[in-house]
Amino acid sequence: MKLNYRPILTKTFELVLLILSFLIIFGPMTSLLLWSVAQKWYWPHPLPQEISFAYWKQALGIEKSLAIGAVSIIPAFFLSLGIAIVTVIIAMALAIPAGYALAKYKIPFGTFVMFLFLMPNAFPQQPIFVNVLQMFTRLGLAGTVPGVIIVHILVGLVFGVWITSATFRSIPPSMEEAARSVGATASVAFFRITLPLAAPGLLASSVFVFITSLDEFTGTFFVGLPFVQTLPLTLYSSSGYNMQFASVIALILLVPSILFMFLIQRVLKAEYVGGMG
Amino acid sequence: MSELRMENLVARYGKVTALDRLNLTIKDGELVTLLGPSGCGKTTTLRSVSGFLKPDEGEIYIGNRNITDIPPEKRGIGLVFQNYALWPHMTVFQNLAFGLELRKVPLEEIKKRVRSVLSVVKLEGYEDRYPRQLSGGQQQRVALARAIILEPDILLLDEPLSNLDALLREQMRFEIAQIHKRLGITTLYVTHDQTEAMVISDRIVIMKDGKVMQDGRPEEIYLRPKNRFVAGFMGTTTFLEGTVKSTQGDSCVLKTSEGWELRGITCGGVTLGSRASAAVRPEAVEIFYSPVAAVSGQAQTENSFEAEVDSSYFTGEVIDYHFRLGGSYIRVRGDTKKILKPGEKVTVRIDPDRLPIVPAE
Repeated sequence: MKLNYRPILTKTFELVLLILSFLIIFGPMTSLLLWSVAQKWYWPHPLPQEISFAYWKQALGIEKSLAIGAVSIIPAFFLSLGIAIVTVIIAMALAIPAGYALAKYKIPFGTFVMFLFLMPNAFPQQPIFVNVLQMFTRLGLAGTVPGVIIVHILVGLVFGVWITSATFRSIPPSMEEAARSVGATASVAFFRITLPLAAPGLLASSVFVFITSLDEFTGTFFVGLPFVQTLPLTLYSSSGYNMQFASVIALILLVPSILFMFLIQRVLKAEYVGGMG
Repeated sequence: MSELRMENLVARYGKVTALDRLNLTIKDGELVTLLGPSGCGKTTTLRSVSGFLKPDEGEIYIGNRNITDIPPEKRGIGLVFQNYALWPHMTVFQNLAFGLELRKVPLEEIKKRVRSVLSVVKLEGYEDRYPRQLSGGQQQRVALARAIILEPDILLLDEPLSNLDALLREQMRFEIAQIHKRLGITTLYVTHDQTEAMVISDRIVIMKDGKVMQDGRPEEIYLRPKNRFVAGFMGTTTFLEGTVKSTQGDSCVLKTSEGWELRGITCGGVTLGSRASAAVRPEAVEIFYSPVAAVSGQAQTENSFEAEVDSSYFTGEVIDYHFRLGGSYIRVRGDTKKILKPGEKVTVRIDPDRLPIVPAE
């Protein structure tokens, strides 16, 4: 009997590819992981000489330390999470009707409106946010959580509106028309048919808004400091002094994003997405 | 009483007039097909009746009820879409039950009606499938079931078979015709497929540029076209041009520039001395493999002409010929017993009873 080598070769190739992609994705994180537990790590040693979880304990507020840059990041973490959640809720509450209208109706200057949402991301951010700071100072929003949330919404809305309108556009109008023809009013047709069909796209766009908010630095830096210290700002201020501590924060920042990615994957695998063709 | 009546419908898209004073009545229980090339206004008509498009002028009635300003969900019209438009996140049962749920029909009653409508479309036992688990033909049956489960006054079908493959399309034609006979719902059917229209319709309405070109039973439309557009749209038609030499009842004689005389039938509009066109259909042309003089012994010389084979295309069932007839060409079908080569001379006889003569445009 002749042995067939092809499946073996294919499998080997797949395995190599898998390991390579793992390295590319998780390689940089490995270094973060090592740094976060390195008590003592001098050149030219390839691995830390002494390992300890002291920085994790400090960061999570279990132990207190007087080392420079070592603060508990728990308040900053929950502040960031809270801001991100509120940002997603408000941004999506604006983006869903806007995206639906842009997709379904012929809106005068529709393309112009779409580009309007891109503006905060289309220019260098510093000059924009310096202006925003001036305006917010006059309005009493500078250094406040609502001020930071408004900035995050402005930055995130482009993902919200663009992805949402693309999602609604991908649903054939006949889906709603069929519902109308069997007796559904326009709003019943929207909530019972269009919204469930758009759910994966809407979720994807809220994930983008969420991660954008969690990650937002420039705007928060200008508008939020010194009173609103989000996680990225804490990371920035500590990274200059303490690489271990910065690594811990960076890893914690990754957690919500990774969780959200898994959530998306679950939803995108949902039964009916295949049927949307 | 659910007669569908459109009165003086006008619809404009910018400068384009999609419907130009359309008047159309579909009698109770009748199946009428709107047939025409794309852009003729058939889809606009359908969307006006279903309520997704507001005509600029005119009124639409179901029986005595004016529905022109009534929203789609209150019109009592069932719709079947070209892309089926089944809701992918719902099972077959949920798709069919949706309209009944909105009407607050009790669950037991819903189950009963779903079962019965699925048996009408021959899909018993498919309640728990998702649309993507069904073939195109099955999806279209579910779409039809969803449209008829509410027992609408009017059923509208928008090119329902055009996404199916040829074999299935043919089978579904007969089924739609049968279901219509069984339920007797007043039906408006839109298609651009003339065979489909002929098979299923009680009446065909041929449209062009938002106007009705002809309205009649399938055989009327095919055999007695009123104008050049309808004659050319139906069947494989080639035209021979000439001047009307004489008319007698519905018979008329056309004289071509070669001096040949063609006798055919006419449905009016053709006057003595006017320019007219004879619509030659392949099935009305007989081929003789001998000169005209020899043919005259066995048949009348009337409508017999000498033709030269210009090109031939073997299709399997028949051979598609282009014949040169003086200065014109006609399309003819020959049987596969004898295959003619380009350049060969034959005699053709065009059956006067199946040769419509229409006014030239």
